[in-house]
Amino acid sequence: MTALAAIAEARRRTRKRPLGRHLSILGWCAAAVLAVVALLAIFGPLLVTVDPNAVDLSGAYSGPSPEHLLGQDASGRDLFSRLLSGASTSLVGPLLVVVASTVLGTALALSAVWIGGWFDSAIARVIDAVFAFPGLLLAILATSIFGTGLQAAVIALSISYTPYIARIVRGAALRERSLPYVAALRVQGLRGTSISLRHILPNIAGLISANATLSFGFALIDLAALSFIGLGVQAPTADWGAMIGSGMAGILQLEPQEALWASLLIVITVAAANSLGDELVKRSENRS
Amino acid sequence: MSALLEVDGLSVQLPVAGEFRTVLQDVSFSLEAGQTLGLVGESGSGKSMTVRSIARLLPPGARTTGSIRFDGASVLDLRGDALRKFRSRDVSMIFQDPRAHTNPVRKIGDFLTEAMRINGKVPPREAERRAVELLAEVGIHDGERRLKQFPHELSGGLLQRVMIAASLAVKPRLILADEPTTALDVTTQSEVMAILARLQREYGMAMLFITHDLELAAAVCDRTVVMYAGAMVEHQDSSRLHTDPLHPYSAALMQARPEIDRRVPRLPAIPGHPTSAFEAPDGCAFAPRCRFAEDACRAALPPLESMGDAAYSRCRRAAELRGHLLATAEHSGGLGDGAGVGDSAGLEEEVAR
Repeated sequence: MTALAAIAEARRRTRKRPLGRHLSILGWCAAAVLAVVALLAIFGPLLVTVDPNAVDLSGAYSGPSPEHLLGQDASGRDLFSRLLSGASTSLVGPLLVVVASTVLGTALALSAVWIGGWFDSAIARVIDAVFAFPGLLLAILATSIFGTGLQAAVIALSISYTPYIARIVRGAALRERSLPYVAALRVQGLRGTSISLRHILPNIAGLISANATLSFGFALIDLAALSFIGLGVQAPTADWGAMIGSGMAGILQLEPQEALWASLLIVITVAAANSLGDELVKRSENRS
Repeated sequence: MSALLEVDGLSVQLPVAGEFRTVLQDVSFSLEAGQTLGLVGESGSGKSMTVRSIARLLPPGARTTGSIRFDGASVLDLRGDALRKFRSRDVSMIFQDPRAHTNPVRKIGDFLTEAMRINGKVPPREAERRAVELLAEVGIHDGERRLKQFPHELSGGLLQRVMIAASLAVKPRLILADEPTTALDVTTQSEVMAILARLQREYGMAMLFITHDLELAAAVCDRTVVMYAGAMVEHQDSSRLHTDPLHPYSAALMQARPEIDRRVPRLPAIPGHPTSAFEAPDGCAFAPRCRFAEDACRAALPPLESMGDAAYSRCRRAAELRGHLLATAEHSGGLGDGAGVGDSAGLEEEVAR
């Protein structure tokens, strides 16, 4: 009975199926949207024909035209090229946050689980303590230390995102560690680091990457919010969050294009990242 | 001659819901190089815990007293590198369910060569060659193909042979076999057992063999320890255990077995439920189920006493009852209806080799 269940489980785990079959239509659309956004961020600057920072006060708030596809902002800068060149800064930030917090959180969680005892308790308490701080508040505090700019925002958000990842990985790793095969590896005299990195980590990698996808969406919003209040990306660099900030004045003058386009891109990207992440998380939870 | 493995007064307590519960009490035995010691008893009697204490695989927070000496060194005091060395060189363990004890997403080749590559710093090519040799030793002759397969692609018997091959990789001096054949079907059982016994002889390894199967214990083991509720109740030569049991529990186990040349209207099962150590009443843990129990049996746990010829029993009345245990049980026929016997039913179903 248990042996049968184990076989079924093993078959499920090792069956090689293309990723696509796991995804619903929504998941596919989300992945496609993210791919398009990523391509725009990488190749966008090549498509730009107008200098995104070229000021043309005579064209302030002018509507779409053949030269300026989406119109111009308060200083007459081309919105289309600003959105395109802002894509990379808007996406690289969250990407760095996700990578840093995932690596850090996973390393912390795996070592806590393996070493156990007081070390595990200590890590768990620290995680709880950092949890108590809203990420954005921590980021605002961090700018008072590191100064404003993308770098400070990324560092601060990485720190505040680490506990989320660490908590999830710790739970999964604890469960994995209690499985009999880990005892069998221990009794072969393998080091904790080998077992953690070569067995436990690959077996929970699905869950980790799913949660990384999810936190990408949140990090994008948080970084945009920091840029919006002026603590993140600094002018004149184009950035979606900063564009919403500078577009505020336009909204009051009934010229909402700048804020509208930037927020639209943020909403689309975040919605895509969250739907894909949700689906991946559900999938990896069903599996284990 | 000093023994390879000496377990002396081993007691283990595990934290369960905030309080410590005794799972093993006062277990003592010794095992010489090349010898096989059988551990038999119902589930929860402490067989696995004994073996896990030796491999230092007890759950975190376990409280251990007494001593375990391997080749003179205290196993319970091993830390860090010394513990890894002990596990990777001196002792190997074979588990009951090979399926659960392999990482399902790693190939057989990874599993067999990992310890060699990482602990022994053997180059991958060489480790693979050695793995194929080891597979041949356990009777798997298409090793190259097997190395590329996943655990779920192998049958239980085949996978258990792979586990045995893995445990041989380091040429250990002691093999801990925790019911290695229980999860296999009967024909595979005997194959796997034959391989294990042959390799044990060839490699000159000592073996601690846990089983439910009394016949198997008699065939494979030099000496047998019978455990009940976390304590040893009897310890003597396997050959004599069957003809001259020294504890009512062992005798009742013998009686509860079907035999091919004996007709009984109903197998005499042991009445009552098996007990764990922490549920055990004061006095002899078996007393509530024992047909020979007297009031004095319930007063205090009797010590494990020598009965001569390196035979030990934890029964107050062992000397008095010796020789009558089997006869009396047979005479009085079926006691109890077997409905509450739980795991001891498993003993009956296992077919003699």
